[in-house]
Amino acid sequence: MNSMQTTTVVSDRLARNVQRNIRERAIETILFGAALVSVLTTVGIVWVLVSESLNFFDHVPFGDFLTDTMWTPLFSEPHYGILPLLMGTITTSLVALVVAIPLGTVIAAYLSEFASARVREIVKPFLELLGGIPTIVYGYFALTVVTPLLQAIYPDLPGFSMLSAGLVMGIAIVPYISSLTEDAMRAVPMSLREGAYGMGSTRFQTAIRVVIPAALSGVLSAYILGISRAVGETMIVAVAAGMQPNFTMDPTEPAQTISAYIVQVALGDLPHGSIGYQSIFAAGLSLMLMTLLFNILGHVIRRRYREAY
Amino acid sequence: MKANELDQIRSVIKTNKRADLIFALAGFLALMVGVMAFITLFGEMVANGWERINPDFFTSFPSRRAANAGILSAWVGSLLVMLVTALSAIPLGIAAGVYLEEYAPKNWMTDLIEINVTNLAGVPSIVYGLLALGVFVYTFGFGQSILTAGLTLGLLILPVVIVSTREALRAIPIHIREGAYGVGATQWQVVSDHLVPYATPGIMTGVIIGMSRAIGETAPIITIGALTFIAFLPPSPVTDTVPFLNFEWLFSGFTVMPIQMFNWTSRPEEAFQQNAAAAGLILVLMTLMMNAIAIWLRYRLRKSISW
Repeated sequence: MNSMQTTTVVSDRLARNVQRNIRERAIETILFGAALVSVLTTVGIVWVLVSESLNFFDHVPFGDFLTDTMWTPLFSEPHYGILPLLMGTITTSLVALVVAIPLGTVIAAYLSEFASARVREIVKPFLELLGGIPTIVYGYFALTVVTPLLQAIYPDLPGFSMLSAGLVMGIAIVPYISSLTEDAMRAVPMSLREGAYGMGSTRFQTAIRVVIPAALSGVLSAYILGISRAVGETMIVAVAAGMQPNFTMDPTEPAQTISAYIVQVALGDLPHGSIGYQSIFAAGLSLMLMTLLFNILGHVIRRRYREAY
Repeated sequence: MKANELDQIRSVIKTNKRADLIFALAGFLALMVGVMAFITLFGEMVANGWERINPDFFTSFPSRRAANAGILSAWVGSLLVMLVTALSAIPLGIAAGVYLEEYAPKNWMTDLIEINVTNLAGVPSIVYGLLALGVFVYTFGFGQSILTAGLTLGLLILPVVIVSTREALRAIPIHIREGAYGVGATQWQVVSDHLVPYATPGIMTGVIIGMSRAIGETAPIITIGALTFIAFLPPSPVTDTVPFLNFEWLFSGFTVMPIQMFNWTSRPEEAFQQNAAAAGLILVLMTLMMNAIAIWLRYRLRKSISW
């Protein structure tokens, strides 16, 4: 009698345990499903870009795509050479980096090695706010403020130019580079700085000869992530650099970037499945491969040059 | 030590200290470049657009005449798109973050998901637009609708929400978990009764930063083929008949604030540039406010935290 009771109680508890386990497993599966969405996103991106690009390359020889120096897919006599768009992208990115890398690095070194805690407390949120401004607003700024300003110095500058777009893009990337660089510098252990100070180094010498070399992997990968952001940046160049593909690397000329071309086509009314529609996916694939290359390079550098303390 | 050697040392120290000062000055100047850029950007928009900001501007549709044009369809569109974005990205992002931080076993699948989240954060936003064009618009047949735009931006900010969820969970000390397990809680009870509530301020910070990024995103929305000239409102989500909710708005055409601004910016007439300035000012104020809330939340979190 007594043992019977015990058995029922135990089996009841076991039954509840089974229920509980099933519920726990179900929840875990749902959560796993949510995590899988990010993988599905990547699969979706690759599938869309590759499948539409394959359609595109059915009509366009791959050699022409890489070597033709004209990009006029919407003309009656179309040319499909990615080079002009690629040069537009590279030129605007270079101008942006010439601005963003020195400014970003100096700001990061200043904040990490020189500034007092109070200055840092004010400046860091400010930089974050600067980084949060929508890029279309930066595009407007480039077109209405920076271009006229540059024209005052250099009167021959056209109304749309890679220089103006690149400069503003540089400003837009500064917060990004400076915050990543500063994180890398602050991760350098204090003992290294103390060693340098103990030898009689100034702050500047410590920053240049000890902290930056020790943080090199982080600093370089910050630069590379900055590059990949510049390459993918769209609205600033679409507004301020012009919409004409231009086979040149002269920053004082207008030119179209890969991303700006996608915007131009999307603004028009191209039918689904036309060659023009497919061309934006080929352009997108090129863009994606470029940023992917830089992202991988960033990972490699971070691993390779990481100093462990 | 000879006097001239001492002098030499002194001059070396002097040069080095000067270099120190010059660099500090350079750092300060570099910061000032950022500050000046921000002030001119903001000042220009205020100077150019301020007089356009009046109640009519918020309650008028875009128009071919600049003086009559307003942002009614744009801000309503932004609001509805953000609603879809929030409803998709927040639950998905938190669930994924919880899985990766609390549940995930150490295996290749977890590694794959982690690497994938990191890489997605580096994908240019316009590529998300192409994804949406190929998948949401044509494969799923959602069309160029609010639903498509909201889901696209949801995917775009998903990495931000996942990463901030993980960081917030990681900051919770292990003894909270151990205490809960010790009194017999299941893993889900630990997560839902303890970890997620304690992590909420941290998660909110990430969500707000993500949303402020989404509200300013232009390129992916243009890529899905959103029209720039919309002179109507989507059907209202709330109706006066049972069941009081209406989901037609999800499939409606739309425009959003940044697209409206882009449209006006790309017109040569001065009057439309004024409208662009006014729309830009409102957009910047919105993102600044969201960012400020996020920064304040994080600041409070850091001050009030005590486990």
